[in-house]
Amino acid sequence: MTQSTTGISQRDRAEADFKPSTSRRHALDWAFAVLVFIATMTGLVVLAVLLVDIAVDGVPRLSWGFINSFPSSFPENAGVYPALLGSLFLLLLIALLSVPVGVGAAIYLEEYAPDNWLTRIIEINISNLAGVPSIIYGLLGLALFVNYLGPITGGKSVLSGALTLTLLILPIIIIATREALRAIPDTVREGGFALGATRWEVVRSHLLPMALPGALTGTILALSRAIGEAAPLIVVGAATYITFAPDSPFSEYSALPIQIFSWISQPQEGFQIDAAAGIVVLMAVLILANSFAIWLRNRYQRRT
Amino acid sequence: MESEKTREERKVSEAPESRQSAREMAGGTPSVAGEPSALGMRIENLSAFYGSFKAITDVSMDIQANKVTAIIGPSGCGKSTFIRCLNRMHEVIPGARAEGHVALDDQDIYAKNVDPVNVRRRIGMVFQKPNPFSKSIYENVAWGARINGYKGDMDELVERSLRDAALWDEVKDKLKKSGLDLSGGQQQRLCIARTLAVEPEVILMDEPASALDPVSTQKIEDTMADLKQSYTVVIVTHNMQQAARISDYTGFFYIENMGDPGRLWEFDETEKMFSNPDRKETEDYVTGRFG
Repeated sequence: MTQSTTGISQRDRAEADFKPSTSRRHALDWAFAVLVFIATMTGLVVLAVLLVDIAVDGVPRLSWGFINSFPSSFPENAGVYPALLGSLFLLLLIALLSVPVGVGAAIYLEEYAPDNWLTRIIEINISNLAGVPSIIYGLLGLALFVNYLGPITGGKSVLSGALTLTLLILPIIIIATREALRAIPDTVREGGFALGATRWEVVRSHLLPMALPGALTGTILALSRAIGEAAPLIVVGAATYITFAPDSPFSEYSALPIQIFSWISQPQEGFQIDAAAGIVVLMAVLILANSFAIWLRNRYQRRT
Repeated sequence: MESEKTREERKVSEAPESRQSAREMAGGTPSVAGEPSALGMRIENLSAFYGSFKAITDVSMDIQANKVTAIIGPSGCGKSTFIRCLNRMHEVIPGARAEGHVALDDQDIYAKNVDPVNVRRRIGMVFQKPNPFSKSIYENVAWGARINGYKGDMDELVERSLRDAALWDEVKDKLKKSGLDLSGGQQQRLCIARTLAVEPEVILMDEPASALDPVSTQKIEDTMADLKQSYTVVIVTHNMQQAARISDYTGFFYIENMGDPGRLWEFDETEKMFSNPDRKETEDYVTGRFG
């Protein structure tokens, strides 16, 4: 045992200086673990209860007829066909518009933009835009795409809706792609430049493939949000009752969230069941789209 | 300059060899026992900045073609900054710039109409930490050549480059495997191979073996000895024994006070630098009195 100069052993000194019992400290540790577990479970349990409730009401109503029918005054005959097609059409157009613009903007900001005041202003404002309420985007879309650019977009058309929602989710895609690019170490860029490559060659051959998983994750999140939006679509003129399916980007349309909203607003009990079934269809679309994007991301992650 | 006077004073009492090195210090071409030397690169009054901070000042030296030139000096004295100015990699860092002249084959690479992309193909660089691309071994070597518009047989180029980097035998059956699956020493040789594939004239190496084990280091050093047959090699190294072993010429960088820009303190043939250098700081450094 080590002896100090005054003759008291190290062990005795420590015993005098520190509190021996750790039981209270372990009790607090356990209590904290329980609290954070409850926090996690609260969110999950509430979500699970909601989903189960919807499924119990909605799943029995599901049938090919429901998916293939148009809305009707009679809840038994009503279906989601035009709304489903509208949502899918929107999803396609939004993906085609937002991914190139979002990824392109992220590449510019991260790889090309000089570090000056203008770039910094742009960066701050992109973060701000991500937090703007979606109804504001709806108002912007109404003024710009429906009214001002009406002759080009066809007014209250799928295209106008897609453009509006593209603006809404663009900041999310830009931020996610930027983070993915930032995560790539500079040694990759240096290795490329040192071989006599231009910046675009380094971006195209090395940075984009490496940033793809992160960018895809951000895109998944963004598109999921877009599918579920109702308020901005109502403002830009998506129909709540429509008797035909959209056949071109310039035609009128509806969307699943709007159809669900419309049914919930009806007094008849039957329409509440229809709304529950509509929610189940919406969730199915979401899960399918997400699974595809996750599969795509995993495929690129395995390559690198 | 005060340091010039000190050198002058010491020159009087020393052997005639020191006068030769004084001529080199002034920027003249050194000669080795009367042989004419080919000039690989000439650096004149090079200074480099990070924003407003001056990292190196007024560096002038001649780099002999087909020889290995080592750059040594204590940490933070600007060796890496200097070597990155030789292929215009320094300016890739935002806010960084260089002033002065660096000539390759009598053409100033910092001249107004010179394309830095082209400079970097002709003056290649291998970095301290191996950084192969996350692609196949074949693609790692071929990519640089492809984007520079290589017109010949790519398979032949890849094999030739891997052979010259002493890696071919170890990877010839697994060219499709990812470059990241190799060991550290193999990755570094892969980086050398991809640099060779774009057929540069000069190869810069920034402490290429400092992150590697002794066996890999030995392999890299053997490779360097072969490379100088066809290329001019400049290597920054912290390892003085390495510099003494493999280089023909050595430049010693030094900073007098903290915050000063680094400068080239002495430049001479390696044998002289390590046995009988002119300046006290050089001697203190190579004998290990400070590091």
